[in-house]
Amino acid sequence: MRQAKFKSKSIHSHVRHSARAVGGSKEASAAELDPVIHERMRLGIISALAVRDVLTFSELKRLLEATDGNLSVHARKLEEANYVVCAKSFAGRVPRTEYRITSPGRRALERYLDQMEQIIRQTRGD
Amino acid sequence: MQQCRNPRRRKPLHAHSNAEEQAPTTPSREVLDQLQFIRHTMESATSFTAVPGWGTVILGLTALTAAFFARTVDSQVTWVLLWLGEAVLAGVISLIAMVKKTGSLAKLAASIPARKCALSLVPPLAAGAVLTLVMMEQHLYAVLPGLWLMLYGVAVITSGAFSVRVVPVMGICFAVFGTVALAMPAHWANGIMAAGFGGLHVVFGLLIARRHGG
Repeated sequence: MRQAKFKSKSIHSHVRHSARAVGGSKEASAAELDPVIHERMRLGIISALAVRDVLTFSELKRLLEATDGNLSVHARKLEEANYVVCAKSFAGRVPRTEYRITSPGRRALERYLDQMEQIIRQTRGD
Repeated sequence: MQQCRNPRRRKPLHAHSNAEEQAPTTPSREVLDQLQFIRHTMESATSFTAVPGWGTVILGLTALTAAFFARTVDSQVTWVLLWLGEAVLAGVISLIAMVKKTGSLAKLAASIPARKCALSLVPPLAAGAVLTLVMMEQHLYAVLPGLWLMLYGVAVITSGAFSVRVVPVMGICFAVFGTVALAMPAHWANGIMAAGFGGLHVVFGLLIARRHGG
């Protein structure tokens, strides 16, 4: 019961599935975690792209140990939020899909990290 | 347009192991878990990819040339100096090739995986330098090819931990070849050096060039 009480106050309760949170201001509180980034697979994609200029679909798939379908669904979500851009080309006859992080995507990750820090501070009662 | 399946049913962030599942979950624990995931992903994504394929092929070709000239050398000390010169040349070629692949020296120096690679390369090579002096003093020149190949292999294995998969595999091949070479007769020295530093570099250089570029 007690555990359930803890869970009810978990980090998920901070996520608001609202458009406001997605494009929120820099001062957004911990209660407005970006639901686009908060999902594990999407967080993995955006974190990897934050440290690499460009990553191919295959590289992301290997890095995140994801299936084709799962990765493409989450990558599309990030594209729709304008957090990543996708470029499709051919290397010989082989199709090549490359992803890059956008400025809004980088800002969203920075904001998310700030909010994480804020949650820790709030929890510790600083 | 495809949508995510019910986001409420996603796996909780803390659900990595049974032990963790049983522990009470607080926001701060989940946040730390999330931050750890971000860090791990970033570290995994930043493997050192500036390993030069064609640069490695050139290393192999210079080693083959050095092995050719080493056959004509009479003095053992000159033989060692010739190979040490080749090692310095190889270092310079590697650096130039990596800078060319990365774009600039500043970019290469700023790369965390590149720094990790370089730092993990140094200890086995330093051990090799010290052991070379000891072996020369003891007149144990016959063991030098095996020793060099083995320690170079160890250096490549350790630095390869921060690079693409083919690099540690190359290191293993060098280390195994070096270990086998330790049991070979002294007059095979140039052949061993040519096959090891020449042949293995050319083969793996071509492989790296094909998979990861110049």
